[in-house]
Amino acid sequence: MYTQGLVSIEGAGGAEEERFQARVDAEERIEPNDRMPEAYRRTLLRQISQHAHSEIVGMLPEGNWITRAPSLKRKAALLAKVQDEGGHGLYLYAAAETLGSSREEMVDALLEGRAKYSSIFNYPTRTWADIGAIGWLVDGAAIMNQIPLCRCSYGPYARAMIRICREESFHQRQGYEIMLTLCRGTEAQKAMAQDALDRWWWPCLMMFGPPDGESQHSDASARWKIKRFSNDGLRQKFIDATVPQAHYLGLAVPDPELRFDEASGHWHSGPIDWEEFRRVLAGGGVCNRDRLEARRRAHEEGAWVREAALAYAARQRRVAA
Amino acid sequence: MSEERTPLWEVFIRARQGLAHRHVGSVHAADATLALQAARDVYTRRGEGLSIWVVPSAAITASDPADRDELFEPTASKIYRHPTFYDIPDDVGHM
Ligand SMILES: [Fe+2]
Ligand SMILES: [Fe+2]
Ligand SMILES: [Fe+2]
Repeated sequence: MYTQGLVSIEGAGGAEEERFQARVDAEERIEPNDRMPEAYRRTLLRQISQHAHSEIVGMLPEGNWITRAPSLKRKAALLAKVQDEGGHGLYLYAAAETLGSSREEMVDALLEGRAKYSSIFNYPTRTWADIGAIGWLVDGAAIMNQIPLCRCSYGPYARAMIRICREESFHQRQGYEIMLTLCRGTEAQKAMAQDALDRWWWPCLMMFGPPDGESQHSDASARWKIKRFSNDGLRQKFIDATVPQAHYLGLAVPDPELRFDEASGHWHSGPIDWEEFRRVLAGGGVCNRDRLEARRRAHEEGAWVREAALAYAARQRRVAA
Repeated sequence: MSEERTPLWEVFIRARQGLAHRHVGSVHAADATLALQAARDVYTRRGEGLSIWVVPSAAITASDPADRDELFEPTASKIYRHPTFYDIPDDVGHM
């Protein structure tokens, strides 16, 4: 998207970096063709493309249940939600492309396993309750993460996030409604809801990333106003918002150390198993292989459509000439 | 996996009659018809628009941000282009 001649200010000397930082500090938005430090460009490109991949891979666990949704209403809602996630991926790829990468490069990086995506999508959706838990918790955590990104210093990313956040609220509400319906249903249905919460709670807390201090990219990202809140801060916000919602459902949060701390006004939670986080991130999750397989298959099976469309467009141009 | 690249299009949407088309993002598509369909699917899932324009990204000529001062700074000093530059006594009434 009009990114011919990207200007990097690497090696241009400290003065120019300082001018860039001053613009960021003044809450000025940075736009595609503006001069920017190479590290800023690379950091954003990595973050936005990973975010885009997450939206696309995120369609898979839920897509798994579209044909088995328990009613037409649930099916229509789930279909619309999954379609939204596809849209989110596309908004984000477009934003990433303004930083000088191409769609094809990014898709290749994902399919070849060189790019990361949110490890939450490497967990399986075993029951219908998982669809409720994903909307409520995974989209809930995503909203927590994404709202501050609407004020990110990079204009195209911030604008994409505004569109996305407007659409996410329905995702969370339809998920919570599924949980509510199950929890007001039979004993077996409620047990299914509890089981889903048990399996999704901890992975959702991991979605906020490693604890502050261990996170690789946080300092520069904060300075550049790409990231405005710390991982732990956002995680705590999510816990505080979500625990009462679980209690309203009559479900137990699977954390024996969870207790409300009167003094701070926050829910205190137990330690997170970061070993599991690293294992899933490194490819050891239940679904890592399946997810990439599914994306590769979709890409390969769609190749003839892309080829035919391009061939047709080329012929139309020849006929017109 | 290298294959021919699918062209990029910029998408503009008129939200309501009476408003101008506004840039909302971009899509990849082989031709204009497919670009319109993709823009409709990607950018108007919730009644965001009544009309769509798609323009090949390559057809856009943009000003260089580095020329910003040269292009736009001079207007800052031309305060006589603004109504408040002129003193009209209050007695004259609203003008
Ligand atoms: Fe999304
Ligand atoms: Fe998202
Ligand atoms: Fe979502």
